[in-house]
Amino acid sequence: MDQIIEFINNNLQIVYIIILATFVGVELIKSIPAVLHTPLMSGANALSGVVIVGAILVMLHSDPTDYLALALGFVAVVLGILNVVGGFAVTNRMLEMFKKKK
Amino acid sequence: MSVTLSIIYLIATVTFIVGLKRLGHPDTAKSGNLIAAAGMGLAIVGTIFIHDLEVPTIIYILIGIAILVGAIIGWLIAVKVEMTKMPELVSLFNGFGGASAALIGIVEFGNTDISTTSASMVATILAAVIIGAITFSGSLMAWGKLNGKVKSVIKIPQYNIVNNIFIIAVVGLAAYMTAGSIDTPVLLYALLIGGLVYGILFVMPIGGADMPVVISLLNSLTGIAAAITGVLYDNMVMLVGGILVGSAGIILTVAMCKAMNRTLASVIFGSFTANGGGVEGAN
Repeated sequence: MDQIIEFINNNLQIVYIIILATFVGVELIKSIPAVLHTPLMSGANALSGVVIVGAILVMLHSDPTDYLALALGFVAVVLGILNVVGGFAVTNRMLEMFKKKK
Repeated sequence: MSVTLSIIYLIATVTFIVGLKRLGHPDTAKSGNLIAAAGMGLAIVGTIFIHDLEVPTIIYILIGIAILVGAIIGWLIAVKVEMTKMPELVSLFNGFGGASAALIGIVEFGNTDISTTSASMVATILAAVIIGAITFSGSLMAWGKLNGKVKSVIKIPQYNIVNNIFIIAVVGLAAYMTAGSIDTPVLLYALLIGGLVYGILFVMPIGGADMPVVISLLNSLTGIAAAITGVLYDNMVMLVGGILVGSAGIILTVAMCKAMNRTLASVIFGSFTANGGGVEGAN
C-alpha cells in the first residue's frame, strides 16, 4: 500500500493524465452507431500501434554490439509498424466500403 | 527530450483524439482515420530523427529497413485481403502490437539494473511483458478461430476456476519478482510463457460469433500495454494514445455486446453453450 501511495506521489502528473485520458476515451466512444463498431475497433487497433515509438526508442538506445537487444528491437519495430500501417489501411478500406453502401 | 519533439507528440496526441471523435460519425469517419494516421506518422518520424543521442548510422539503417519491411507487408496484407476477412485481420494486427510491447519489456528488463530500480518501474516492465504476451497469443487465437484454422472449442472442466488460478499465479510471480528486485531471466521467460498460455486459455472457449467482442477487448488491452510502455519511457504520446485506446476499447466492447443483446460476462464466462447472436452483421 505504501508503495502504491509513493508511486502516485512520485508520478502525480502521469496519474492525472491517465485519469483524464480515460474519461476522454469514454466520452469519445459513447453512443456511436452500431455500423461503425468494427471500423472504430480497427481504428483504435491502429492507434495502439503507437507502441512502435517505444520500439524505435529501444533501437536508438541500443549498443550496436548488443545483438540480442538490437534483434528484439528490430522485430518489435517491424511488428509495431505492421500494426500501424495495416491497421490504418484496413480501417480506410472498411470505411470506403461503408460509403459505397450508403 | 527536445521541445520540438514534445510539441510533435502533443500534436500527435491531439490528432488521436480528433481522429477517434470523427471515427464515431459516418460522415467524418474516413477523415478521422486519415487524421490519426497522419499524427502517428508524425510521431514516428519525430521519434527517429529528433533526439540528442549519438546513434551510429547502422542503427538508423536497421530502423529504416524494419519500418520499410513492416510497412510494405502491412500495406499489402491490408489491401489484398478479402472484405469478409477484415475482423480477423484486425485481430492479427492487434496481436503484432501486443508482441511489440512484450519485446520492449524483455529488452528493458535486460537493460535495467533491477536491483537498483524502483519497484514501480520493475512492475511496469513486467506488466508490459505479461499484457503484451496475453494480447499476442489471444489475438492470434482469435484470428485462428475466425479463419477456421482453430476449430475446436476445448472444454476444460471448471474452466473459469482453472483460468483464474492460472492468471493469479502469473501475477503472483510478477509481484514476487517486483518485491524482491529479482533479475533472473528465467523467471522473466516464465512470465512471458505464462502470459502467452493465458491468452490462449482466455480465448479458447469463446464461441466464434462472440469473437469480434473478444478482439475489441484484446485491442483495449494492447492499448493498456502501449500506455505501460509509455510510462516506462515517460513518453506522453504513448501514454495518452494507449490510455485512449484502452478506455475507448472497453466502452466499445460493451457497446458491441449490447448491440448483440449479450453481456460482457456472458461472452467471457458463459460461452460453452451459447452460440452468440450473429455479430457478423456488425460490420
